[in-house]
Amino acid sequence: MVALAETEASSLRIQQVSKSFPAPEDPLTRRPALSNISFSVAAGELVSLIGPSGCGKSTLLRLLAGLDFADAGELLIGSEPISDPSAERGLVFQDPNLFPWLTVRRNIQAGLVARGVLREKREEVNEFMRLVGLGSFANAYPHHLSGGMAQRVALARALINHPKVLLLDEPLGALDAFTRMRMQDEVLRLWQARRTTMLLVTHDIDEAIYMSDHIMIMTPRPGRIDRTISVALDRPRQRSSPDFLRLRGDILEFIHFAGNASTENKS
Amino acid sequence: MLQGEEVTGCPEVSRPAPPSHLTSGQTQPESDAIHAVAPASKLRWRTQLAVPIAALLALGVHLLFSKRVPPVETHSYTLLFWEILGVSIVLAIAQPFWTSLRRWMRHMCPIFTAAILLLGVWDVITLGFQLLPLPYFPGPAAVLRSLINDRALLLDSTWHSLVLLLSGYTLGVIAGLISGICIGWSTPVRYWGMPVLKVVGPIPATAWIPLAMVVSPSAIVSAAGLIALAVWFPVTMLTASGISNTRASYLDVARTLGAGRGYLIFRVAIPAAIPNIFIGLFMGLGASFLTLVVAESIGVKSGLGWYVSWAQGWAEYGKVFAALVIMAAFFSTLMTLLFKVRDRVLVWQKGVIKW
Repeated sequence: MVALAETEASSLRIQQVSKSFPAPEDPLTRRPALSNISFSVAAGELVSLIGPSGCGKSTLLRLLAGLDFADAGELLIGSEPISDPSAERGLVFQDPNLFPWLTVRRNIQAGLVARGVLREKREEVNEFMRLVGLGSFANAYPHHLSGGMAQRVALARALINHPKVLLLDEPLGALDAFTRMRMQDEVLRLWQARRTTMLLVTHDIDEAIYMSDHIMIMTPRPGRIDRTISVALDRPRQRSSPDFLRLRGDILEFIHFAGNASTENKS
Repeated sequence: MLQGEEVTGCPEVSRPAPPSHLTSGQTQPESDAIHAVAPASKLRWRTQLAVPIAALLALGVHLLFSKRVPPVETHSYTLLFWEILGVSIVLAIAQPFWTSLRRWMRHMCPIFTAAILLLGVWDVITLGFQLLPLPYFPGPAAVLRSLINDRALLLDSTWHSLVLLLSGYTLGVIAGLISGICIGWSTPVRYWGMPVLKVVGPIPATAWIPLAMVVSPSAIVSAAGLIALAVWFPVTMLTASGISNTRASYLDVARTLGAGRGYLIFRVAIPAAIPNIFIGLFMGLGASFLTLVVAESIGVKSGLGWYVSWAQGWAEYGKVFAALVIMAAFFSTLMTLLFKVRDRVLVWQKGVIKW
């Protein structure tokens, strides 16, 4: 993993990153959210981050997006340090956050408009609308879309900039189980077609196993990466194959949900 | 792309209402909601006949009471009712063949009936039993006569008011949008600008009249300035709060799409603030009416405000009421126009909020 990361421009490398926030009840003390995190994602890999809520997954993603700054440590994309938000690192949230005042088409082309390249790349808008299967909804406003469709638009909007890395912050978390499974295939299809490096934050273990090359398990207070598991299953993966289930059991074991419940569950 | 068909075929895509919904629903906003049950069904007799019956009733009351007044004074009023009667009967005959007219009538008949009956009640109170002191409360016939007799001057006054109002309002809106956007977006501007806004803004614009008269060369200019000031405050306040309350996640998303400051302000923050901005525009419009009328009745020598105080000076209260009727029509038309603009601009909100 590390060897690849040094050569490829769309790899991610995070070295000893820490981040703390002011405690809500006492602004003078700072509470660590991430502590000494190091990992790397090779170009073209799909890596998942799983862990209970409050373990700093989203904070980490915001740092990678450039929306927040780390207190210490280094975040690199290829060999460039990450300092500001950039179109080369797309971000999709759990809430699709479509601009409600723009139609589907205008939402998708927002990135092109923002970078001032709409005129040259107008063709691509149609291509991306087809890619996510929304051609007939070009002129609909976001509130006419179902959750799954809205999230597709959000994906297309992020992908139209051809980002080197796509950061996914529980993008399917708000969808119902059936839509979610279909969208997992959808994201995988986009990933396989484009080979964009993806970092997926999720709290769904099945989703992580189904989709990723590696799974990083985070623990809270302060957020740390407990361990990294490589998923060696062939694609397309079977959600009910014995290997899949065994891996699922292992991961549950790791995060103490299988046998003795975690501290969070007890309370 | 290869799987395109498979994707569009999934049930999740076909579930929500098609967007065409949006454009067709826009033409008849509230009548649809009330009468969605049977839009094409027949009008009931009661609805059809309400307006002519009310007109007959009001006319009868008027003819009964107006015997002691010279007929020339009430001629146009009786004529008006004959016209209403005639038009309503023609419409009642025409409506079976014209669906949109029927829908309109079903919606409007009750309110027209009520308005006509109200005129009748006014007639009874003033002309009939003379319960209100004259000359301060003339009957509807006298008001209508003033309206018709003095139409040239009233039209001229309305025109002057319109010009003054629109110039002041436009100026105030432009200034308010600029200052509101600056205060809403930039922290240093907010630090220095907000106190000024909070201290100076709440002073009613009319309180500046004595000062404005001294400072400005002409009454018209100072009146336009005062109207602009009255509009500026709510527009600035609401624009600033709209801009600064832009959902942070919209800005985050835009930044990860490669947006610079211009995009963030003009394509994210301002569109997000538009609902708020319109509230400011409505409040500003109300404030501008008030300031217009006060400024006109004090300094400016033209316009509806001036007309009212001039007519009052001659104790011609029929004309005062006539000017009030014109003002009601004039101001409510402007309000309606602003509503139409809002409906057009905020079409994306349809279905998100109740309107």
